[in-house]
Amino acid sequence: MDEPVKFYQTGTFTVGNRLLPKEQRTVQASRQRGNALNSGHRACQGCGEALGARYVVDAALRAAEGRLIAANATGCLEVFSTPYPETSWQLPWIHSLFGNAAAVGTGIAAALKVKGRRDVRVIAQGGDGGTTDIGFGCLSGMFERNDDVLYVCYDNQGYMNTGVQRSSATPPGARTATTMAVGPEPGAPFGQGKNLPLIAMAHAIPYVATATVADLHDLEAKVERAMALHGARYLHVLVPCPLGWGAASHDTVRLARLAKESGIFPVFEAEHGELTAVSKIRRRVPAAEYLRLQKRFAHLFGEPGHPEMLAAIQAGADRNVRRFGLED
Amino acid sequence: MDKPFAITLDPGSSLANKTGSWRTERPVYTDRLPPCNATCPAGEDIQGWLFRAESGDYEAAWRHLVRDNPLPAVMGRVCYHGCEGACNRAKLDEAVGINSVERFLGDEAIRRGWAFEPPAAESGRRVLVVGAGPSGLSAAYHLRRLGHAVTVAEAGAAAGGMMRYGIPKYRLPREVLDAEVARIVALGVELQLGTRVDRIAEAMQAGAYDAAFLAVGAHIAKRAFIPAGDSARILDAVALLRSMEDGATPVLGRRVAVYGGGNTALDVARTAKRLGATEAVIVYRRTRERMPAHDLEVEEALEEGVQVKWLSTVAHAEAGTLTIEKMRLDEHGKPQPTGEYETLEADSLVLALGQDVDLALLAGVPGLDVRDGVVQVDPQTMMTGHPGLFAGGDMVPAERNVTVAVGHGKKAARHIDAWLRGTALAAEPKHGPALFERLNPWYYSDAPKTEREQLELARRTDGFDEVQHGLTEENALFEARRCLSCGNCLQCDNCYGVCPDNAVKKLAPGRYAVDYDYCKGCGLCAVECPCGAIDMVAEQT
Ligand SMILES: Cc1cc2nc3c(=O)[nH]c(=O)nc-3n(C[C@H](O)[C@H](O)[C@H](O)COP(=O)(O)OP(=O)(O)OC[C@H]3O[C@@H](n4cnc5c(N)ncnc54)[C@H](O)[C@@H]3O)c2cc1C
Ligand SMILES: Cc1ncc(C[n+]2csc(CCOP(=O)(O)OP(=O)(O)O)c2C)c(N)n1
Ligand code: SF4
Ligand code: SF4
Ligand code: SF4
Ligand code: SF4
Repeated sequence: MDEPVKFYQTGTFTVGNRLLPKEQRTVQASRQRGNALNSGHRACQGCGEALGARYVVDAALRAAEGRLIAANATGCLEVFSTPYPETSWQLPWIHSLFGNAAAVGTGIAAALKVKGRRDVRVIAQGGDGGTTDIGFGCLSGMFERNDDVLYVCYDNQGYMNTGVQRSSATPPGARTATTMAVGPEPGAPFGQGKNLPLIAMAHAIPYVATATVADLHDLEAKVERAMALHGARYLHVLVPCPLGWGAASHDTVRLARLAKESGIFPVFEAEHGELTAVSKIRRRVPAAEYLRLQKRFAHLFGEPGHPEMLAAIQAGADRNVRRFGLED
Repeated sequence: MDKPFAITLDPGSSLANKTGSWRTERPVYTDRLPPCNATCPAGEDIQGWLFRAESGDYEAAWRHLVRDNPLPAVMGRVCYHGCEGACNRAKLDEAVGINSVERFLGDEAIRRGWAFEPPAAESGRRVLVVGAGPSGLSAAYHLRRLGHAVTVAEAGAAAGGMMRYGIPKYRLPREVLDAEVARIVALGVELQLGTRVDRIAEAMQAGAYDAAFLAVGAHIAKRAFIPAGDSARILDAVALLRSMEDGATPVLGRRVAVYGGGNTALDVARTAKRLGATEAVIVYRRTRERMPAHDLEVEEALEEGVQVKWLSTVAHAEAGTLTIEKMRLDEHGKPQPTGEYETLEADSLVLALGQDVDLALLAGVPGLDVRDGVVQVDPQTMMTGHPGLFAGGDMVPAERNVTVAVGHGKKAARHIDAWLRGTALAAEPKHGPALFERLNPWYYSDAPKTEREQLELARRTDGFDEVQHGLTEENALFEARRCLSCGNCLQCDNCYGVCPDNAVKKLAPGRYAVDYDYCKGCGLCAVECPCGAIDMVAEQT
């Protein structure tokens, strides 16, 4: 066999690997990583948002060589990390309102521009509620003006901090405190959908990407790519929420993985409105395998269950697979 | 509390907030026993040596391997590798080619002249080992490494036992065997060739030995009564294979029949082919499924044109012909005669019906328990009923193969050592099993097994060149890296990376610790550990 040795026993799927060359290991594998969101924060056990935020900000910190400022919307991420006067953040960090993180980020970027500080970079971050609903106007403005901010949405598919209410990113069929599992069509309604990564692409900004906490190499590469560019950039990270989704705390990463592998959450990259790359599905799973692990979908299963809703969700996943070319 | 209004914690960091108090279960790093290790009769730490081989440090891998087994180049050729049958990777694609990597390491050691490390200190004790087969050699090696003066008395003209006088060259080239024996001798083991021990008690006394390990093997061919005419040519397999080694080419004729269904029968038939027989037919009483010979060997023999007459016995032998009776299996799988006969042309008949042990040297030793023609030993210690007298290999009740013999030698050596020191070796507690269900296979790359190449068929049947080739360095590395490291940390940093609370600390490459001040017990580290090296343990409340 002439083929050079290329497999490592865990390939590039794990955080690190003693056999991988240093430059191929993740930021998270390093003992010198920033730990931007430090221990002692009050997120739930197994919180996907805490994980995603550290992944993103640590990678951004490395890309910015430590010169990074963050604006943070209200929401879980702010509440569990910064009950005044303590904070878990290890970088200059400002709490904005629920809906205006993009605007505050824009303001910081403008101030830096005035001061001639091209070296200091800005990120703005928030949950899906603060991004897709109440912060949507500010964000669209930030895109339209091409402000030099990387906006990161940690999508846990609901208003988790205020007690698990529906957001416009809540998937159809999911039970929340405001979309109960009752009636002939229980859970969140099947609407037209509000896909913010696609809306961001429609603004033709320099960079748009989706990612999950289940593929760290991919996530970090996207942060790195985003940080290498200037102007408005948008990163949408799926972060499972054990509490809101009614899932086991140890299933956070597995759920993120299944969301991608089922086609429910397509992982892709776009530049200037053009799709440039998709993460292919490695081992396709039926949507039910992903849904079954979450109590918020429990009413879809069992007797009589809602096979028609399951089929509709599966059809959505199949559509994603076709639309984004997720399978080889 | 001396804090400003509405404040419960100091300003600044969140580190004062010990969120570990939320925990009901804690993650604990563990080592588990991989099924490969658990299955190897020589007790090799396979996962351990593969782990070293994965980084390309073959010498470290070899040194780790020979802690348990001094004959890796031999093992890599003749071991039936039950380890691969147990390998967890088989549940993903195919088992790791453990045996072929082992052979690669053994061959590298010979090529590069790696030597064993001498014992740290001499114990001043003397041990006699009788028989230089795999069991005796293994015991001698381990005893010597423990600092004892070891003498091996071997009746034959060269060391190796059945590895030399049974297993044919095309499976085990003698240079390989010689090199591994020489390395053991170089460690300071005294090897006395041409020295038959006739009475063990006398030999012990004469040499003032403190203990002895007996490993004389099983060399007496089992006999079966076969009515035969005067001029029928009937030989026994053991003598025939042995004569190959002594340089005398046996006269077999063009058509050879071999009676028996074990590995020996196959070796004889394949040897006959190589000696020029146009036909080599194995006559066996049962079916292929019930044949004790190993599948791989049957496969290779059939490829080489060896024929097999299943469900057949030899009823009568004449010069040039055999009378064969057809058999059928009863409900217990026992062959029963049918009364149907046929004839088979054969110039000679070789009997390969198994071997008995020559126990003459034990005559007069008190306390021994000999049953079913073998010496009974305490399976924990390998000691016979006579204190200080240990035994292993083919002469004790066990499966008869090289690896079991090597394992006996190791086990006996450790207990002889303890016995000489006047202590008893307590059995080490075994780690829990590294079950496949504990793995997170998502993380492993797809990587099909690399196959060893074989000598082309044409060249197999006209000479004694080795049939099975080894792996190249590149293939060996690839194969080693297919190991899933079941139950033992492979340093992937996943636990360090996936903890949402930064509660896993990376102390040094490959060393992790949980900071229980902050670990909330979510269990992510445990389920995302690819190899199942983290347990979740309930907190005591
Ligand atoms: C044809 C054949 C093929 C085989 N193929 C395989 C194989 O591929 N793989 C495998 O794992 N196993 C194989 N085996 C089985 C394997 O060879 C034996 O199980 C193994 O060698 C037993 O080891 P041992 O140390 O107990 O005895 P042996 O290997 O038999 O060694 C005993 C030694 O003691 C010496 N001895 C005997 N009596 C005395 C005495 N009184 N004084 C001094 N020395 C004495 C003998 O000369 C001999 O050297 C094969 C066996 C045969 C016969
Ligand atoms: C204008 C305004 N409306 C409502 C709130 C109350 N509020 C705070 S956080 C939050 C929901 C946050 O949801 P999301 O942005 O998805 O973040 P998550 O908590 O899920 O991470 C709401 C409704 C507020 N702070 N400000
Ligand atoms: S000695 Fe045999 S069973 Fe043990 S590791 Fe080697 S091939 Fe496997
Ligand atoms: S994968 Fe490796 S550790 Fe696991 S059983 Fe196979 S050889 Fe042993
Ligand atoms: S991932 Fe972290 S918090 Fe969760 S159990 Fe492991 S060490 Fe504890
Ligand atoms: S997750 Fe990786 S680094 Fe952590 S214990 Fe398991 S194998 Fe070792």
